[in-house]
Order: sequence, then structure tokens, then C-alpha cells
Amino acid sequence: MMDLMTLIPVLDSTIRLSTPLLLACLAGLFSERAGVFDIGLEGKMLMAAFFSAAIASVTGSVWLGLLAGIASSMVLAGLHGLASITFRGNQLISGVAINFLAAGITVLIAQHWFHQGGRTPSLIGAGRFSPIELPFAGALSGVPVLGPVYGDLLSGHSVLVYIAFLAVPATWWVLYRTRFGLRLRAVGENPAAVDTSGVSVVGMRYAAVAICGLLCGIAGAYLATALQAGFVKDMTAGRGFIALAALIFAKWRPWHAMSACLLFGFLQAVALRYQNIDIGGVVIPVQVMDALPYILTVVILAGFVGKAIPPRAGGEPYVKER
Amino acid sequence: MDKMPKWADVVLIPLISLILAAALSALVILGIGEDPVAAVKMMVSGALGSTYGWGYTLYYATNFMFTGLAVAIAFHARLFNIGGEGQAMLGGLGVALMCLYVPWPHWSLALIGATTLAALFGAAWAMIPAWLQAKRGSHIVITTIMFNFIASAVLNYVLVNLMRPKGSMDPATARFPDAAHLPTLHDLLAPLGIGFSKAAPANVSLLVAVAACILVWLLIWRTRLGYEIRAYGHSETGALYAGISPVKITMITMLISGGLAGMMAINNVMGEAERLVLNATEGAGFIGIAVALMGRSHPFGVFLSAILFGFLYQGGAELALWTSIPRELIVVIQALVILFTGALDNMVRMPLEKLFLSLRRART
Repeated sequence: MMDLMTLIPVLDSTIRLSTPLLLACLAGLFSERAGVFDIGLEGKMLMAAFFSAAIASVTGSVWLGLLAGIASSMVLAGLHGLASITFRGNQLISGVAINFLAAGITVLIAQHWFHQGGRTPSLIGAGRFSPIELPFAGALSGVPVLGPVYGDLLSGHSVLVYIAFLAVPATWWVLYRTRFGLRLRAVGENPAAVDTSGVSVVGMRYAAVAICGLLCGIAGAYLATALQAGFVKDMTAGRGFIALAALIFAKWRPWHAMSACLLFGFLQAVALRYQNIDIGGVVIPVQVMDALPYILTVVILAGFVGKAIPPRAGGEPYVKER
Repeated sequence: MDKMPKWADVVLIPLISLILAAALSALVILGIGEDPVAAVKMMVSGALGSTYGWGYTLYYATNFMFTGLAVAIAFHARLFNIGGEGQAMLGGLGVALMCLYVPWPHWSLALIGATTLAALFGAAWAMIPAWLQAKRGSHIVITTIMFNFIASAVLNYVLVNLMRPKGSMDPATARFPDAAHLPTLHDLLAPLGIGFSKAAPANVSLLVAVAACILVWLLIWRTRLGYEIRAYGHSETGALYAGISPVKITMITMLISGGLAGMMAINNVMGEAERLVLNATEGAGFIGIAVALMGRSHPFGVFLSAILFGFLYQGGAELALWTSIPRELIVVIQALVILFTGALDNMVRMPLEKLFLSLRRART
């Protein structure tokens, strides 16, 4: 079986591949807990990936890139809010439109700005997030087990990785320990009750959608400026949908979302590293690893392994009584 | 009383939405430093200016008619089948199996066989999400999205490991035998003395698609089942009260929807590529959403908007060929159409309803 030295690189890339999933998954969690379904996570990530890479490449500053990515993702989130909250349109159709809009417009602008076939120039130097060495990583390197686990696995990621994993307890705290979080969850379960108590349903939902845009923006920026060095066409490659799957898998709860994203990230890491896996003579083809997140989600949705029940008012525009 | 006359709902609102989408698209073209008028001229001459252009326009339109009908019929039951892409991929597998492993004596028989298996495969792929929706209450949009990804993994596996000819590196099946070759519009129109481009891929499956439009219209508005589907779409509780089984309607509607999406494969796989390749569907399953929304889920509307999207696709390809405007312009236009005719429908509808109400008040 695998020993520590072969396991650590796989787990290391699990962390890196889980990060965008986790950020997008938490983004979806805020939106859907407030009753706004969002299948446009993919599009918002893609938009942010492009604008973060483009601005980082033009200005040479990855932080400006990050801001641009977040801003562009929040514009799309605002569009989703306009369609699904203000004009009470179909949230799913709006999500589909946003995904296409991002897929098209990123390539159009990339071609117009950089003339490199729909990609940005490769980011170098300060245009990219560089790895952060955690304290004592060097000093502990001699210690067996702990040394490599701390030094090689936990240390040496970009700052966005740590932000993503810190966002999990933060999300939990906001949702379950603050008045804002209580109202946000209530808006997703029973908006009429929230309205009666004098809180604006529309305002709460816009706030949730904005947080969703912010987190998707970080996820996209991570893809283009930390995981890879620049934007390429369709670089999200279905991650927004895997994040959606993880959200259902986690039944809309923050800590479970982290576990689900780590699991799906692990599957991606394994599929990336080994083509076909041989377990005791049975060869598992790489396509099974690719499809496993989706299959697991369908199984969960089917309710055979614990039922996934979405927020009750999810997908329904709120019409104030007159 | 209705807030608006019917013609406003059927014609005016889609038209205004379309104009808004077109105006924004023109702004996008301006934004990337190109001339929208010249672009439209080039699209029209490229897509409609020759029988070659028409041949491609109609070829794309055939795909979109099938996937558009698939989305439209599901909309009537208030189901959103976003899985047309996966169902069409599986339909392609059905077509490939029929064409490669059955020795057909004539293309017409091959077409019947391939259509049947494509529809069966597509329907089978829609069956599990339908069952999960009907019996377990899991959201059909999410399950059909998941099934799109599972379909592409299945197809990838089948093409790489099972159906790829020995010695070939390309993840694709062998070429279909000549007996399974479908006549193109050139072959069909030549006996009538009409000259049509030999190189364009539009083929006899266009006629199948048009027939499908008519059959779906008959089904929805002229049969008991169609009535039940519409009743269920209007009100689930009302339908239940009238003795209509939600499980039955959900299952049947999704099976028909999946079957229609699967049937697209007779056009793109059997009619054009004549072998099954990875990503044969090229997103046509998703374009079906835009087509159904713009066609107001009416088969005739689907027919018209499928041709419009066929024009956009062929015109967009011409633009990409002759100018520096990438093909992705079409994806943007498609997104804007979905946005305005679907998600932002109320943005157009609410002011119009107010306008018609005040007009009526002024009259009385």
C-alpha cells in the first residue's frame, strides 16, 4: 500500500485542488441558505479567473488582480440577484445564462486585449500568489511524520488556501452565531416570517448573493493566479458544478462542505496522478474517478444514504403580500 | 381577465427581449473594437447568402430543433431538463452501435433503426433523474446536471477503451459503413432539379426534426396525454385533484424529452461526422434551453428559433473565419437570449402589463 512519502504529494495536491471547490461551495452555501439557488457558480469563478489574471498581468500586482476578480464575480452575482430577486425570474435559468455569459465574454475580451487565442499572458513574479512558509516548517523538517506532514503538506500553500480553510469556521460562526446568520437562514426557510418581523427579505437575499459573489471571486482568482499562472479558456472545467455537488453532499452545512470538498479534491488529485488505479487486481479506470463526485451526489440525492433536503424556500422568488 | 392581449404575450414580449439581446450583443461587438453592422452583414451573407451557408444553418438548426423540443416539452410539465447534452451524447452511442454492428441493406432502414436506439438511449439517460424527481423528490435540474457529467465520463470510457479501432490513437469509433450514409439535402434536391451545395452537412434528418415538431404539437395540444402534461405543469395539486398521477406524468414527459434529445444524434453523428467522437454534441443540448425559451415552448416557436440559432452558429463561424471576432461571440448572444427571454422575462413583462392596463382603463 502507499506509504507516507507517496501519500504526501497526493494529499498536498488534494489541498490545492480542494481550495477552489471549497470557496465556491461556501459561496453556494450562503446563496442557497438564503433561498437563492445558484447554478452559476461556474460562470462567476470563470469570470473572476479571467479578470484576476488579466489585471494581474497588466499591473503586475496579484492583489489588484484579486480585487478585479472579486469585482467581476460580484457584478455577475448582482445580475443574478436582479433577475432572481428583483424581477422574480427563474433562478436556474438565470444561472445557466450567467455560465454562458462568462464562458463567452472571457474569451472575447481576452482575445481583444491580449491576442493570444483567448488566454492571458503567463503570470510571473508578483503577478502570482507565492507559497507561504508556515513558522517552524524548517525547524521541524527533521522530525519523523510530523516534519513532512507540517512542512510539506500544511505549509507552502498560497495565502488563498489558508483563507479558504479559515472561511469554514467563519461561515459556521456567521450562520449559527450571529443575528445576520439567523436571518439569512430564516429567509431561506420561511421568508414571510422574516418579513413579518420587519427585516427586508430582498435586502437579506442581496447580501447573501453578494457574499456568494465575493467567495466565487476568490475561488476564480485562486485558479488563475495561484493554482495556475494565467487564464485559459474554460479553465474552471466544471469545478462550479462539483462545488454544487459538494454542497448537496454536505447537505448545506459548512463543516460537511469542507469534508465533501476534500473528498472531491482527493478524487481529482488521484485521477490527475494515476491514470488507472489497480486495487487488488481490479482496475478502476480514470473515468470512474472523474464521474465519482457526480455519482455520489446522485446517490445522496436519491436519499439512499441520508436524505439531502434543500432550504425550504430555495428557488422561490418572494412576493410580498399586499 | 388577462392583463395583456394574447398577441402581446406570444409575439411582443419575445420580440422586445430579442431586440434587447441584440442591442447588447451589438454593444459587445463595439466593445471589442469591431463594427456590428459589418458583422451582421457578414453573418447574413455567410449563413444565408449561398446554399452552402444554408446547408450549415439548417444542419445546426436540425440539432437545435431536437434539443429545443426536448426542453420545451419538459417545460410544459414545469420540469427543467438541463440534461439534453448528456442525453444527446448517449443518443450518439445508440446511433454508433446501430450503424457499426448492424449490416443495414439501405439507409432508410438504418435511419429508422438508429433513430429508435438513439431515442431509447436518450430516454434511458433521462429516466433515472425523472424517477428520482417523481419518487424521491430530488431536484431534476441538479440530477440532470450530474448526469451530463456522468454521460461524458461514460462516453470517454467507451470511446477510449471499448469502441476505438485497434491502432488508432483518436478517441473515436471507426467510420460508419456506406450503407448507413444519410442522403444530404444535395442528394435529396438533385432529382427535383434544385441545385444545392454538395459540401454542406444538412441531411435528411432535417425532415425527421420537422416531423418531430409536428408530432410534439399534436401530442401537446391534440391528445389526452398532452392535456395531462399541461394540466400538471399549470398546477400540481389541480392535476392531482383531476386524477392525474404526478409520477406518471413526470416519468413520461422526461422519457419523451430525453428521447427527443437523444434523437439529435441522427443528425450530428450519423448525418455529419459518420463516426462517434468525443464532444460530438458541442453544447447543442444547452442551446436547446435558449431555443425553447425563445420559442415560448411552442413547437412552431422552437422551429423558428432553432433556425435563428442555426443562422447565429453558421454566421458566427464565418465571422471567426474572416474577422478577429472569436466564435465565443455566439455564446455571449446565446447567454443574452437566455437571460432576457428567460430570467429577466418580468423586466419586460411588468412594464408592458402596466401599459396595457392603463390603455384599457383609458378606454373604459
